[in-house]
Amino acid sequence: MTASFLLRRLFYGILLMLGVVVLNFLLIRLAPGDPATVIAGEMGGATQEMLESIREDYGLNKPLMTQLWIYVSGVATGDMGQSFFFNQSVTSLIAARVGPTILLVLTAQFLSILLGVFMGVIASRKPNGILSGFVSVFATIGYAVPVFWTGIMLIIVFASVIPIFPVEGMQSVKLRNASYITQAVDIAHHLVLPAFTLAIIYLAQYARLSRASMLEVLGSDYIRTARAKGASEGSVLFKHALRNAALPILTVAGLQFGNLISGALLVETVFNWPGMGRLAFDSILRRDYPTILGVLFFASAMVVIANLITDLSYRWADPRLRGR
Amino acid sequence: MTTFAKLMGAASVALCTFASAPVLAEGGTLVIGSTQTPRHLNGSVQSGIATAVPSTQLFASPLRYDENWEPQPYLAESWSVAEDGLSVTLNLVQGATFHDGMPITSEDVAFSIMNTKENHPFKSMFDPVDTIETPDAHTVIINLSKPHPALLLALSPALAPVLPKHIYGDGQDPKTHPANSDPVGSGPFILEEFTPGQAIVMKKNPDFFIEGRPKLDEIIIRLIKDESALLIAMENGEADMYPFMAQSTSIKRLEKDENLIVTAEGYAAVGPINWLAFNLESPKLSDVRVRQAIAYATDRTFITKALHRGTSSAQRGPIIESSPFFDETIPAYDVDLEKAQALMAEAGFADGMELTIDFIPGPKEQQQSIAEYLKSQLKKIGIDVTVRAAPDFPTWAGRIASHDFELTMDLVFNWGDPVIGVHRTYLSDNIIKGVIWSNTQSYSNAKVDELLNAAAVETDAAKRKDLYAQFQQIVAADLPVYWINATPYHTAYNAKLLNPPLGIWGTMHPMDTVEWAE
Repeated sequence: MTASFLLRRLFYGILLMLGVVVLNFLLIRLAPGDPATVIAGEMGGATQEMLESIREDYGLNKPLMTQLWIYVSGVATGDMGQSFFFNQSVTSLIAARVGPTILLVLTAQFLSILLGVFMGVIASRKPNGILSGFVSVFATIGYAVPVFWTGIMLIIVFASVIPIFPVEGMQSVKLRNASYITQAVDIAHHLVLPAFTLAIIYLAQYARLSRASMLEVLGSDYIRTARAKGASEGSVLFKHALRNAALPILTVAGLQFGNLISGALLVETVFNWPGMGRLAFDSILRRDYPTILGVLFFASAMVVIANLITDLSYRWADPRLRGR
Repeated sequence: MTTFAKLMGAASVALCTFASAPVLAEGGTLVIGSTQTPRHLNGSVQSGIATAVPSTQLFASPLRYDENWEPQPYLAESWSVAEDGLSVTLNLVQGATFHDGMPITSEDVAFSIMNTKENHPFKSMFDPVDTIETPDAHTVIINLSKPHPALLLALSPALAPVLPKHIYGDGQDPKTHPANSDPVGSGPFILEEFTPGQAIVMKKNPDFFIEGRPKLDEIIIRLIKDESALLIAMENGEADMYPFMAQSTSIKRLEKDENLIVTAEGYAAVGPINWLAFNLESPKLSDVRVRQAIAYATDRTFITKALHRGTSSAQRGPIIESSPFFDETIPAYDVDLEKAQALMAEAGFADGMELTIDFIPGPKEQQQSIAEYLKSQLKKIGIDVTVRAAPDFPTWAGRIASHDFELTMDLVFNWGDPVIGVHRTYLSDNIIKGVIWSNTQSYSNAKVDELLNAAAVETDAAKRKDLYAQFQQIVAADLPVYWINATPYHTAYNAKLLNPPLGIWGTMHPMDTVEWAE
């Protein structure tokens, strides 16, 4: 892996982020509704002077291009602005939310890859068997069902009918002063339903993909050679075949990351998970421009970084790409 | 003694203790579930229930109100109104302190009232306050430019938190002051943790100026945006109280739970009215006969009994029916389709007309369902209604504030005294484009202006009631708004909770007497 490759990718990444910032800024202004009206509405009505003072306080009375310039130069120096709604810096609001989102997304990603690939590999052993059929049907349903529906069903079953999991939030308020271990267990307990909800769609895709990919690889000559050498079935499947079959899975895992983040928005909303998705959703309804832009910025940055990591791991998995 | 005997002895002691346990539990935590996100916790610069619920726990105020609309001592142990109505004297309690230990003086009270006057969106609350004198540390004399009978109610916890001058007097803008999210008040509870959009944790104030209170150790407000999750939390006992519940399905569902009590009490001063507003600038709606025809065609009983499953009550006028100022003789516009058709014909619309109706997006029962009901109902008198959905609140608010509408469903609060929450809708000088919840109907009637302005300064309660009665008769005839129902706000709470806050301000009232039964 060369340094110039990394530098080139970083440069494109930064350019992309600049484009994202400008585009987001302009897009969000196309939405109807005025943040000053919303703030005044939240306050319970207002006078003309109050509306004007709100617009002045938040710089909304300046020309759009001036506002864009102020915003972009702010972001360049790490200042994401002040939330209109909470009157706190967007950076601090997001800082409190990034952790929960990353925890949710990574857990879901881990679960979906682990279970999905395992299901796919198992299914590829006997492509026409019952297990394989089950995986295909499950994958189709999992992919087709909307994420919020899955979430609501899980809530009804596991939080209402059989109340074994908490229905919302990340922590029990009453346990917030407990020991770290108790708190960690509590968070894990709260994480189960949202992480599974989010994982189910992607799990199905990994299962299908790894099944197809494995079937292709399993038919090749070197697998026959491995078998002829007397390698065990497990070794053939997981050592010889999976490494080669993993390339498309890795690509998809990288691409999926963006989808996972957008999926997290819905899951966080259903489960009241205190992450960026929930914050974004609420901020859009309040026309809290700086917060929306901040969340979009961080989410885009996470996707760009994930893609970069995908590229790097692709090179790790496939030695043929390293010279390029 | 053998081990067995020791064990038996211990068990019998434990049993006796258990049997003679006091009826009241010591302290404990109250978890309130809420779907409303506060911007911050300072009710002095922000109206609305989201801020007022925590603000009234954190800040004390000069007076508080009982369930009969009578003022009670709070930071002021006594008070007197001058005979000419032009000044009010408050005598503050001795020895009250803020959460940081600083004493509360008349300076703080004077500073707070002036701050609220300058910065609170309800301008009419303290508008007549001219100057405030503080002859000594415990006396506050409020001088008024004109008599202001709404003043005492405006000194309630929900509207007039007493701020520490030593913190807020530092020259920073009170609307964006950092202390708004980390307040130092003198209320029964002290802020421990405020996570924006998630939770507010408040613990008992051990130095609260009322002896023996508060009873609870802790109040936690959990912000749960999704109502179904909040309902499950109530059923599972994860949350103990759910105020401002408005969906009939939710009310009916929690009513079935034996561990919960569900009540409609506690919203008299909030006065939330759900109504159909007319844009009088529209040539089709400027004719009062058209508005009356719409009123005669609409069946309030169907809305409250069928659409709201009996959880809401009909509302006939601009003042909430549970207020002492409500005039019971107001015309009801009982359904009469023939009369409605005749009125349409008289107004020159015998062939019918087309109208568009907007509604606040969000919970459907109060808004969208009624809009859709009106669409089918008004067809019977030849009005073809198009329901115009807005994707979110800002879009709807933008349309209504810029008067870009014909009919809209709307929800507006009375806020205790008519001066605070009623006048704004009907005074002609409050027709301000761009401002939501002003007189967006563009209603203008000189007699109404005169009556409201007179009622605002009338100190004789009976005369004031009479002025509001006249006002209600006129607007009921003019119909700038057709009032439909009181929002069916209910509070669900754990049946073991004693003294739940069900006075006129509901949960926007200090919860220092709330406690757990054993």
